[in-house]
Amino acid sequence: MADRTAARGNALAEGWGRALVFVYGLFAVAATGRSAVQLGMEPEKATLAYSLSLVAAVLYLVATTCLLLGGRTGWRVAGIAVTIELLGVLSVGALSYLATDLFPDRTVWSHFGQGYGFLPLVLPFAGLAWLRHTRPGAVAAN
Amino acid sequence: MTGWSYGVILAIAGVVAVLLVVDLVRDRAAQDSHFIGLGVLQVAVLVQLVGGAVALARTDRDVEGTVFVSYLVTVALLPVAGALFSLAERSRVGTTILLLAVASVAGLELRLWDVWGTARG
Repeated sequence: MADRTAARGNALAEGWGRALVFVYGLFAVAATGRSAVQLGMEPEKATLAYSLSLVAAVLYLVATTCLLLGGRTGWRVAGIAVTIELLGVLSVGALSYLATDLFPDRTVWSHFGQGYGFLPLVLPFAGLAWLRHTRPGAVAAN
Repeated sequence: MTGWSYGVILAIAGVVAVLLVVDLVRDRAAQDSHFIGLGVLQVAVLVQLVGGAVALARTDRDVEGTVFVSYLVTVALLPVAGALFSLAERSRVGTTILLLAVASVAGLELRLWDVWGTARG
């Protein structure tokens, strides 16, 4: 990117941030689609798993939006969303192995996101690393 | 129709992915050859979208129609979305974005294959 000195508001969605926006956007679409199909077709079959799909969808949407909006608030809210996402993928990933009866149907986060090439597990780490890189103050210092 | 389309698209995606990895290692922005490859991929997934919809309408098998069509549409949007994102980032980031898009196409093709193949009717 040529305009490294651009306002911090855009810095979240530039450079590697743009790759993050692409993947987060993709997962927002995927998780929204998944929960819509699951909840629309047979909501009683696996209420917990399907609700979690919906939670994941919302988190991905929030993270994508905040990266695009940028700014201090965007940075902060993105941090919260990505942290919850990390806790979610870790706990659901572990639970899907330990308590299989809790998850009769799969979610985006089951088995640490195995059905999605483990990207759901990598994504929050990449997101946190990027947010750390773009934290207020660090941009000016660079 | 749908049977061999997955193989063809996976093969194209594989070739484009190799080209992308080579230039990613060289630390180069996305090249014309990548976009040509992506164009070929785009045409293939559009043909698949039409062919898949026709096959779905004709088949007697109990395919989950909504899921199948939504995958077909998503896969058809991916190359062009990847190209738009990549063009905004003329560095190895752009090349990485194209690689992510191509890998997602491959992943979705495998899912499509699953959705079509596991339905017995």
